[in-house]
Amino acid sequence: MNCKKVILELTSYLDGVLESGVRIDLEEHLARCTDCRIVVDTTRKTIQIFCNSEPVPLPDDVRTRLHTALLDRFRRNSKTT
Amino acid sequence: MVPCQMSVTSYPKLTLGVQRFVSATEPKPLASTVVRDDEAQLVSAAKAGDVSAFEELVNRYERKIFRLGMNITQNREDAEDVMQDAFLKSYQNLDRFQGDSRFYTWLVRIAVNEALMKLRKRRPNQVSLDEPLTDGEDPIFREIEDWGPSPEKKFAQTELNEILTQVIGELDPIFRVVFLLRDVEGISTEETAQILGISVPAVKSRLLRARLKLRQRLNKHFRRSETQ
Repeated sequence: MNCKKVILELTSYLDGVLESGVRIDLEEHLARCTDCRIVVDTTRKTIQIFCNSEPVPLPDDVRTRLHTALLDRFRRNSKTT
Repeated sequence: MVPCQMSVTSYPKLTLGVQRFVSATEPKPLASTVVRDDEAQLVSAAKAGDVSAFEELVNRYERKIFRLGMNITQNREDAEDVMQDAFLKSYQNLDRFQGDSRFYTWLVRIAVNEALMKLRKRRPNQVSLDEPLTDGEDPIFREIEDWGPSPEKKFAQTELNEILTQVIGELDPIFRVVFLLRDVEGISTEETAQILGISVPAVKSRLLRARLKLRQRLNKHFRRSETQ
């Protein structure tokens, strides 16, 4: 496997859905190619950093307005039915 | 790949004075498991007019939909509109929901469409889900430098959040949305394709480019030479 093929298979590899024969080829390439190893490692970390980031909080006022709007819609619906 | 985990913050359940349909528990972190077994039951009850069942769905998904709106639009007011419109439209059109996908997937599709409309209004002619002819850069194999084991720990939480918001905001929306759905919300490739109305290979291709572009943009912050 060459470096270009590693990049093409990167998403499937990181998602753990690569067919085992291809995965073994890819990992053999990684064992001898520092550049690819760094790309794979830093791409994996990129995903993890976003996943581990602090979730966007839902502000109380935003949530209250949502539920007020829904209540209004429920009431209007109940009047028309 | 370690699946994306979403921290669960406890919010009080807002009820509208109607007896609860089921006892509520906190949403699970993974989108693949976030849809609990009772979702179809809740949708069915909501369709029959049980508003408490719909409330339960809202309580379950409101934070995720707001976060998605924030991440796509990068604007709090737009994210609020996206969340409200998504829930109001899903309630109004519940009869049209045939159950051939999960309710959550259907809700996300509505929210994504609302969010993209916001972007299009802000930047007409610049927001399209079609592939760009060229995105002007090739992120593959640029700036290959090691980051060390936990590069994000070099930053305070607020600083890190600013960096992540900035780099995701710089992504073209067609890549940003795919990355958010797949890697942040944990939605499957097939469902992402369904939500965006594109093919599975197109999702995979965009996800690869999104991941590589984000990696490249984070590189200047996280490379060892910057963080040590």
